[in-house]
Amino acid sequence: MPQQVTYLEAIRQALIEEMDRDPAVVMIGEDIGVYGGAFKVSAGMLERFGWERIIDTPISETAIIGAAVGMSYQGLRPIAELQFIDFIACCFNQITNFVAKSHYRWGAPVPMVIRGPSGGGVHGGPFHSQNPEMYFVHTPGLKVVYPSTAYDAKGLMKSAVRDNNPVIFFEHKFLYRRIKEDLPDEEYTVPIGKAAVRREGRDLTIVSYAAMAHTSLEAAEKLAGEGIEAEVVDLRTLLPLDRDTILNSVKKTNKLLIVHEDTRTGGIAGEVAALVCEGAFEDLDGPVLRVTSLDTPVPFSPPLEEYFLPNVEKVAAAARELAKY
Amino acid sequence: MAVDVVMPQMGESIFEGTITKWLKKPGDRVERDEPLFEISTDKVDAEIPAPTAGVLKEIKVNEGQTVPVQTVVGVIDAAGAAAGVPATAKPGKESKPAQAKLAAAEQPKPTPATPQADGSSESTNAPAAPPAAQTKDAAGKDAETEEDTEENETEEEEAEAPAASDGHHVRSSPLVRRLARENNVDLSTLTGTGAGGRISKKDILSAIASGGSQQKAAPSTRPAAPAAAPATKPVSAPAPSAGGAAAHVTLETAVPRERIYFGRYEVQPMSVMRQRIAEHMVASKRVSPHVYSIDEADMTKIAAMRAKAKAEFETRFETKLSFMPFFLQAAVEALRAFPTVNSSVDGNNIVFHREINIGMAVALDNGLIVPVVKNAEEKNFLGLQRAVNDLAERARTKKLKPEDVQESTFAITNPGTFGGLMGLPVINQPNVAILGVGAIQKRAVVVDDAIAIRSMVYLTLSYDHRVVDGATAHQFMGKVKETLEHWSEAIL
Repeated sequence: MPQQVTYLEAIRQALIEEMDRDPAVVMIGEDIGVYGGAFKVSAGMLERFGWERIIDTPISETAIIGAAVGMSYQGLRPIAELQFIDFIACCFNQITNFVAKSHYRWGAPVPMVIRGPSGGGVHGGPFHSQNPEMYFVHTPGLKVVYPSTAYDAKGLMKSAVRDNNPVIFFEHKFLYRRIKEDLPDEEYTVPIGKAAVRREGRDLTIVSYAAMAHTSLEAAEKLAGEGIEAEVVDLRTLLPLDRDTILNSVKKTNKLLIVHEDTRTGGIAGEVAALVCEGAFEDLDGPVLRVTSLDTPVPFSPPLEEYFLPNVEKVAAAARELAKY
Repeated sequence: MAVDVVMPQMGESIFEGTITKWLKKPGDRVERDEPLFEISTDKVDAEIPAPTAGVLKEIKVNEGQTVPVQTVVGVIDAAGAAAGVPATAKPGKESKPAQAKLAAAEQPKPTPATPQADGSSESTNAPAAPPAAQTKDAAGKDAETEEDTEENETEEEEAEAPAASDGHHVRSSPLVRRLARENNVDLSTLTGTGAGGRISKKDILSAIASGGSQQKAAPSTRPAAPAAAPATKPVSAPAPSAGGAAAHVTLETAVPRERIYFGRYEVQPMSVMRQRIAEHMVASKRVSPHVYSIDEADMTKIAAMRAKAKAEFETRFETKLSFMPFFLQAAVEALRAFPTVNSSVDGNNIVFHREINIGMAVALDNGLIVPVVKNAEEKNFLGLQRAVNDLAERARTKKLKPEDVQESTFAITNPGTFGGLMGLPVINQPNVAILGVGAIQKRAVVVDDAIAIRSMVYLTLSYDHRVVDGATAHQFMGKVKETLEHWSEAIL
């Protein structure tokens, strides 16, 4: 009997199921035990799994990640939570120089998941709304995942926990309670490294992920009313990128628009555009366009934040321009 | 030749400038990039260099005058200047080497029979770049003069029509250029409907669907052995525009090539359409084992119905009443009953198509094309007739769009139109069968043990024996025959 589950609840289910399944899986982070997590992702889990497996920490991201690396060396499979993913900057060294390079340098695999709420649109201001995924997409040795649906959030979390590589799992906080869908009762996983074509179309391809995947789909509906059929590709995994799905879509529609909530410069749009130039140049019937947030910190003021972020109209306008080219 | 000197735009927000000093006077020689005049604007004072070498012919705006940017302030007489140097104001000129190549490759020269440097006459048909480039190098001064003339023409054109394809710089896209290259289409012969007049994917696909740009044949008698670049060079098949493994076909000769050339002869290169037909026929026969089922149907009832209804039908619906929709409808019934005949083969998979899209072979004066009646299963008699007439009309007037010739699931051809009793057609890939309809003739046949005169038609089904077996084929034909002989639908 399928049940309507929110994005947040889906992640929670995955965590509980994986911890039930494998006693080596543990969770570590700030306020995850007694408090049940800042967003209540781990509510009740301390009672269910005990203090040895749900570990509350002091406010030190370096300590959280460093301890998790050490735990993984001892045979555990830690899931480290960063209360807001913005704080990942505090443990940048641990992640890039230990988590990412441990297996390469010392033959010591680090089967851990680093997870946390990411993204804006919730009036969180500059330190609680960032999309820092690209610092880690740029770091060889990691996997980076950023689902847009409840189904994918659960399936990808399970895959991330079972993956022997370190996986950074970005959860879009805007989507936490705003989207829900029927999830199957049976066990399922979603493979890391595969994008999903959310909507088929012939006139242009929109590549996106996380909250913007929904914005892109809304824009596509709007455009369909104007006779423009957009194909929407949800990346789901940012590292490794699903090159084949992207190229096949561009070869079919011959036009590409990339939409991401991350800021423009150094966002994944540049990477995708370069990939497409390398792999499908002679299939392009127009320039590669992108709709992204502005190159500024995330504003706190709501009207400014709205101006800063992409939205349905900005995406539709860019798509119209491209379709007309 | 006259080159305009314009007031430059020194910054994004600057819209006018004042000439403060002319550094040369009319009659003075000036080199390219040598300072020619000084200006003053809101933001900056600057020395402006000459856009080309030559003699300053005329000053149009004097010292002290303020004019909007892009205003022509003077004219340089650049006769004998290096070829291909445009005034800075002209948009869209590429770097010189690229431009020279483009000019050579894409000029729609008024005299196509201009003998080229190497004396071969197929230059009008082979991809233009190599032979024309040869000409540029070989002819030296002549080439320069030619290009100067082109520059003049271009300038005039550009003055009127911004960004229209002018044969020198044809705006397209990587995709369009690739498709043009693969299908031997000369981009400069197309008009673009994309932004700013560029040639878009839609435009090139339309051009390809309508048979590509026709190159003129160059008749010649060539007594020498064909050691030079052949006009019938094997061409690889155009790759499909989206996905799928292309069945690359090289057109081969079955005997050594020299054996084709003897006595007096005339070589005509194949048009794009003809090449594609040739490649398709070879590929279809190679890939599908063709088997044939022949049947005949009594069309008397239909012939009478048609004769009776023709006048009123054509008046009421303003479209011709032919026999085609009867055959289409019969095919639809049979395809519904035998879905295997409406399929395609992909390796080990049979792809059953849910739509019934029937291609109709239409003879053109220089080849043939197969426009497709889409969703024939959803159309009534009138709908089918209208579709048939519309497609045939547009096929003959070259107004077919790419989608009109794609996505067929079955095809019908009429050898009978030209008097043939029956035909054994080649399957239109990627279908697995094609129905050939012969001429409808009165014949003596046996009906209830008596001889009667009936309007009969031979029907042949060519089918792909990989997936369609004899039993299916014959039953399919039986259903077609039955539908025709017991036609019940009212057509008015």
